Amino acid sequence: MLNIIKSGFFTTVQDTGRFGYRDKGVPVSGVMDSFSVSKINTLLENDENCAVLEITMTGPTLEFEQDTYIVLGGAEMSVTLNDINIENYKVYKVNGGDILSYGKLLKGFRAYLGIKDGFNTASVLGSRSFFKPITERDSIKKMSSLPYTKCKQFNPKISKLKVDSVLDKIKLEVFKGPEFKLLTDNQLSQLFYREFSVANENNRMAYQLNEVIEGNKLSMLTSATLPGTIQLTPAGKLIILMKDGQTTGGYPRILQLSDMAMSILAQKRSGDHISFKLK
Amino acid sequence: MSSFKISVRQFGVHAILVEWPNRVEESILDEILQFIQYLKKNHLDEKEWEFVPAYNSLTLICKNTVLDFDYFKPKIKEWYAIKGKIEPATRYLWRLPVSYDLEFGLDLVEISGQLGLSVERIIELHSQSIYTVYGIGFLPGFMYLGGVPEALEVPRKSTPRPKVLKGSVGLAGKQTGIYPQDSPGGWNIIGKCPVPMFDVKKEKPCFVKVGDKIQFYPISMAEYQLHKIEGEVGIYNLEKKVLDA
Repeated sequence: MLNIIKSGFFTTVQDTGRFGYRDKGVPVSGVMDSFSVSKINTLLENDENCAVLEITMTGPTLEFEQDTYIVLGGAEMSVTLNDINIENYKVYKVNGGDILSYGKLLKGFRAYLGIKDGFNTASVLGSRSFFKPITERDSIKKMSSLPYTKCKQFNPKISKLKVDSVLDKIKLEVFKGPEFKLLTDNQLSQLFYREFSVANENNRMAYQLNEVIEGNKLSMLTSATLPGTIQLTPAGKLIILMKDGQTTGGYPRILQLSDMAMSILAQKRSGDHISFKLK
Repeated sequence: MSSFKISVRQFGVHAILVEWPNRVEESILDEILQFIQYLKKNHLDEKEWEFVPAYNSLTLICKNTVLDFDYFKPKIKEWYAIKGKIEPATRYLWRLPVSYDLEFGLDLVEISGQLGLSVERIIELHSQSIYTVYGIGFLPGFMYLGGVPEALEVPRKSTPRPKVLKGSVGLAGKQTGIYPQDSPGGWNIIGKCPVPMFDVKKEKPCFVKVGDKIQFYPISMAEYQLHKIEGEVGIYNLEKKVLDA
């Protein structure tokens, strides 16, 4: 068990997501920054679907009950293992009784804690990813604990990885969305020749942007949306759907983020700048 | 030969959007459901693909791999042209209990004034109609229902409620439906359904599928309380009838 001494601002268990229930309105969920998490699971020689902790903005304090191996990644935070600083993308052995403690957020927004063979929390509809009310909890709570399988001995093929981090990037690669053709020249120039900033309304469901462009009055029939779909509202607001985003929508879907762009955006917080680049 | 012209568009690198004419029509929905059956049976493995139908569109989502759109675009058009007449999956008419008690029907009195109909007449019209499920989305188990009688068309509330309770039955414009969980919402609330629309403890968490039909029937407060308890312990029996039989 991993005991939660402090939960942090918003910490969840996530894997690659819930597949096969979108026609019932269930979002995919899963890790927001899949790029960083794939590096973590690779280092641990885990299956790509192994569940990790997604740590948002401020981190938890955690106590390990059994021996295992861990890798940190994603956002840069000051993290100590028994009061010794540890770094991202490096395999560490932990012993029963060890304390992992997250401090200041240095860069990015979502940090990840991967563990050998993943967390074994309950799988609901084929995924361990937290999403209330599909899962009972929306985030981990103080004084609770998360199960994992003890690992005494593991000799990683690679013990440290230099990752070309997504944290410094601001250009989001986009594809044309289904309603891209509706955009006027004016809207296109507003979209692609300026920077946008992330609004306070940003979470696992969607990121809104502060700046508006010319709106769109098209009334369309509700149709599927995907993680990474950028919707344009009649008032000209841009709403970027993320992993917990709704599965259908009625606003024009003007652009679609690439997988890498999703990971880049997942590391942004209120006020951070981004720009779009059409692929 | 299929009777509608379809368009096939790339939707990111993992999905394909197939669209039918931009209308709310049962014949279009039938074609979409038939095409899903055909694709599942012959070409697209359900383990690898998700099929999301809604009104006049079908979105095909490929689990992990990046799909080769240049390969699929002509293929999908070809498959649609040759699919012929397929039996869609068995469809049901579900009869769902609703208490229209004023304790639940928060906006009944107000819309009675707006529509110029008595509360009794609103309940009668709402529960007489048979609605078609054109899509499921927005929230897990939230149905987009078509078939609201014109006399009941009422604008959504000017200010949405920050919290509409799970089970609330809403009415707005040409749409009616049930909030499957507590959620913010701008529809007029006219009653409450005690049957959970989404239950993760069930093997099929959402009993309704796109293409099914829904009819509401009024129940008393006492019946509501009973069904509610049944719903909570998962032993409710739903009234259903096979369609297309």
